[in-house]
Formats: sequence, C-alpha cells, structure tokens
Amino acid sequence: MIEKVDQIFVILGHWLVSFLPSTLQPAAMVLLGVIAIIATFPALFALTVLLERKGLGRMQNRYGPNRVGPYGLFQPIADGLKSLTKEDIVPLSADAVVHFLAPVLLVVVVFMGYAVLPIGRNMTLVNMDAGLLFFFAIGASSELSVFMAGWSSRNKYSLLGAMRAVAQMISYEVPLLMSSVAVVMMTGSLSLGKIVDAQNQYTHGLPHWYIFTPWGFAGFILFAIAATAETNRSPFDLPEGESELVAGYFTEYSGFKFALFFLGEYVGMMGISGLGTTLFLGGYSAPFEVLGFVPSWIWFFSKIMLSMCVFIWVRGTLPRLRQDQLMNFAWKFVLPLTLLNVMVAGLWRFMGDGWLRWAVCSAILLLAYVTMARLGMRKEHFGPRSYRYAE
Amino acid sequence: MLGEGILKGLGETARNFAGSFVSAERLTTVQYPEERIAPIEATRDFPFLVYDGTDWEAGMRCVACQICEKECPPKCIYIVKSTDKKPDALGKPQIYPARFDIDISVCMSCQICVEVCPFEAIKMDTEFELSTADRFGGLLYDKKELSKSNEHFHKIHPTEAAEVDARLAEEKVKADAKAKAAATAAAAKAAAAPVAAKPASPPASSVVPAPEGEKKG
Repeated sequence: MIEKVDQIFVILGHWLVSFLPSTLQPAAMVLLGVIAIIATFPALFALTVLLERKGLGRMQNRYGPNRVGPYGLFQPIADGLKSLTKEDIVPLSADAVVHFLAPVLLVVVVFMGYAVLPIGRNMTLVNMDAGLLFFFAIGASSELSVFMAGWSSRNKYSLLGAMRAVAQMISYEVPLLMSSVAVVMMTGSLSLGKIVDAQNQYTHGLPHWYIFTPWGFAGFILFAIAATAETNRSPFDLPEGESELVAGYFTEYSGFKFALFFLGEYVGMMGISGLGTTLFLGGYSAPFEVLGFVPSWIWFFSKIMLSMCVFIWVRGTLPRLRQDQLMNFAWKFVLPLTLLNVMVAGLWRFMGDGWLRWAVCSAILLLAYVTMARLGMRKEHFGPRSYRYAE
Repeated sequence: MLGEGILKGLGETARNFAGSFVSAERLTTVQYPEERIAPIEATRDFPFLVYDGTDWEAGMRCVACQICEKECPPKCIYIVKSTDKKPDALGKPQIYPARFDIDISVCMSCQICVEVCPFEAIKMDTEFELSTADRFGGLLYDKKELSKSNEHFHKIHPTEAAEVDARLAEEKVKADAKAKAAATAAAAKAAAAPVAAKPASPPASSVVPAPEGEKKG
C-alpha cells in the first residue's frame, strides 16, 4: 500500500500509456512527464509568489495582499490575468526577434533543468549518467537569454542590467560548480539518481545526507550562496536593482513576456533548490527512517518549498550588495573556500571512519573560514584624504 | 565574525514575522475603506470658499480681489469679477466673483491662496475622496461646489476657525467704531453746516454723505 502511494504517479503514467501501441509508449511516457512538470512547477511558482508577498509583508509588519479572495489567496490568479491582458509593447528600435526569443528561451531552458532532477523514487524524467553536467550546461544558457533580453531592448538600463547579470552569473558559476564537485567526488558519479541513493541510507534512524558532514555543510552553505547569486536573487539582485536600473534586463518587457521572465526566475530558483536538495539534503529521502512511509515526492517538494522560504527570508533581511562587494565576495571568499572544500572532501574520503576525520576536517574548514573572514573584513585605513588641485 | 550580523538580521526578521501575527501594536496597518482613523487637525488638501450664514451666494466672503489667482503657483484658480455690486454678509455692497473655478487636478495643495487672502474667504478642506469618472470636468469645481459654510470650517479646523472668527470680530468692532466715529463726525458737520451754509445747499446733500462714510469705514 505504502509502495503504491509512493509510486502513484508512475503507476498512473503506465496505465495511461498502456492504451497506446507499444512503439509509441516510451515517447508518450516522456511527454506525460513533461506535461506533469510544466503543470506542477508554475503552480508552485504561484504559491511561492503569494508566500513571498505575504511573508515579506509580515517581516515588514504589514499584511501583504489580502483583498483577492479569502486572505488574498487568489492574488496569483489576479496577477496572472492582469499580465495576460496587458499590452505587449516592443520598443521601436528593439531587435524584435531577439526581444521575443529571450523570455521564451529563458523559460525553455529553466524547465529543461527539471528533466534530470529525481523528483521522487523512479520519478526522474531522463535518468542520465551525467545528469549534473546536463543541469549545469542548461543552467548556464539562461545567461544567454538574459543577455539577449538586455541587448535586444536597446535600452541603457537593460544593457547595464544584462552586463551585470552576465558578470555575476559567470563569477558565481565557478563556486557553484566547485561546491558540487565535492559531492561528485564522494559519490563517484555524476548521475543525480546515484547521488540520492548514496544519501538514502540510515544509521540509528538518521540519514546519511551530505549536509551532516563537515565538507557537506560547508559545501551546502557555499552552494546556497552561489545559487542565490546565480538566480539573481536578493541580496545579489544587482541586475534588477530597482533603485538604479528600473528593472534591469527586463525593463523593456511588458505584459506576458514580463510574466515569463518572472516565471523563469522563480522556476529557476526552484530548479536550483531542487539540485541543492538532491546534492546535499538527500533528495527525495525522508529525514528520519521512521518517516519512510511518507511518499518520496512529498519530501522532495517540501524540501524545495522550505528552501524557497529561506530565499524569501533572506530577501526580507539583507540589503543589496554593491558591485565591487559582489565580485570581491565571489572571487576572494567563496571561490577559495570551495577549492579548500574540495580538498577537505578528498581528505575525508581517505581518512577512514572515526572521530579523527570529523575533528580534522571541521578544524580545517573552521580555521579557513575565520581567517578568510578576518582578512576580508580587515579595515583598510587610507589615512587623511589629500587633494592635489582643490584646497 | 563574518556572518554574525546576517544571523542577527535573520533573527530580527523572524521576530517581526512571528510578532506580526500575535502583537497588534506591531501591525499598525489601517485597512482603509473599512477602517478609518480621524484625520489630524492640520490635515489639508484642496481649498474651498467660506460663506457666512446659510445662503452660500449671499454670505460669500470672497470679493473677487484676484490676489489668490495671481499668487497661485500652478495657476489653477480662475476668477471673473462681477460688474455689479451685491450686498455681502454685513450688508455692504461689494464686488463678488461672477465665476470662481478651481481645477483641483492642477492644485498642488500649497495653501498659498489661503495665506494671501485678506478676507479669510478661502480655506483648506479635508475632503479627500474626490475621485470621479470624468477626468476633465469632474475635477473642475465652480463656486457653488467650492462654497462651504463657516460651520463646516469650524468642524474641520476648530482652532484655526476660532482664530479667524476672533480676528474678523475684532476687525468688525474696529470698523464699527470707525464708522461710528465717522458718522458722529459727519453728523456734527451736518449739524454745523446748516448754520454756515443753510441757504446755499439743500438739506438732502448734507444727509447723503453720512451713510456713505459709514459704509467706507
């Protein structure tokens, strides 16, 4: 029975497909999966936007949207209808084709990432051996769409936003990859399914999630920072900094194209949360062995929604960084620590079981963190300012 | 220590988040159309014309001196002077505004018209729910729409209205005293005149200046 509930979508899919001739069945199965993904994640996106608006409101001691429907629950529907019925404006001097393609490309690319994510037991759309590589390759092409949007708009704010976005995304791509490399080293596989399987074991009822190891914990924090920057999320939302760039690279978009960018951003966030979950939080596995009866996909979605809540919480807390702070943080703090983390992961692998490797690995990481932080936060004294021509 | 401030900040927002559900003093939002709070006394938005008594046309204080029209920075006031004179609230014949329009879509609520008015005839209102479906004529108020009674002024700005009334009463007392003095002087003159020039001028001419002096005073 438990098994049936866990596999309900797989069973349902097979049953639906069984009406078709056998030659068409594999293709139909994939198509069903695609439809499921395209239906589920925008629904979650609507829920997240509502959560974000209500949550941010509460953090700022106000109600948030509470007019449409009971407690403002139908706000996403109202927003969707509004953006659908709004006028779609393309600037006269914009490159119309690229201007149109940019949001489409973003959404396509963002959804393609879900192809390799194990959403539940036996619920991976395409179980690739190099799934992680595929995800990163696809994720990197979202930069292209951002730059297409910025360049084709023929607007200085769009262009500046796109330049910032590309600079930021390329800078944070490196720590993002390096923090996942540690996981790949431990698992010995790029397949996301195998990575989850490696974590889906229990001793004394507690899971073997990578976050519960020194290198995994450090890796997860670094991954989370890089993922926040990668999705242009506050406090790294310089590309769309309202105070200086109107709306950044999608300044010139209105109506449904704007909604597509919005959708792409949030679905991308959920995608990268899903990857982080898969890599460090045990994917679809239950947090305690006794909770193993709860269907695996429920765990996956609750972990995603939990990380979305953390994204919202961070957005409600931190102010936006400055461009130089952003770059310094990426190259002088996050990247060295991820490199060290790769080394520590190697050390962990070859030190064997026991408390010693816990002590050594934790000590190295903690020491490095403190030293780097001290160095980074050192006050530079420039002395009294002197003028050459003024005075 | 790096990250300490971030954790502190996260704690602060979490406290706000949880606190807004339990403590009413954190959540200060007034949900406007259903809930309202009384405006503070200094509230002001658009000007209105004050009239004394009950009839807005008879009691209008404005004498169409056009100072406000000239001083208005966005030029939202339009006044046409009357060609005839009508008695005002005190019964004196005065020029009155044949037209007095304010385009409140242009008005910037600066209150300069109120400050320059020598007759305490224009004051600031507190009415703010003025939205209309007609975006051209709907916000162009004529003198009938602009006229509001002194009682209304007392209701919205009690302190200021009391001051204005006291000032007007003082002026009236002064004016009455002056008029009286002028009247007595004229009467004395009239009494003295017949002795000197009784045969030269008819008695009617000596009677006429007296009420005129009363009016001017």
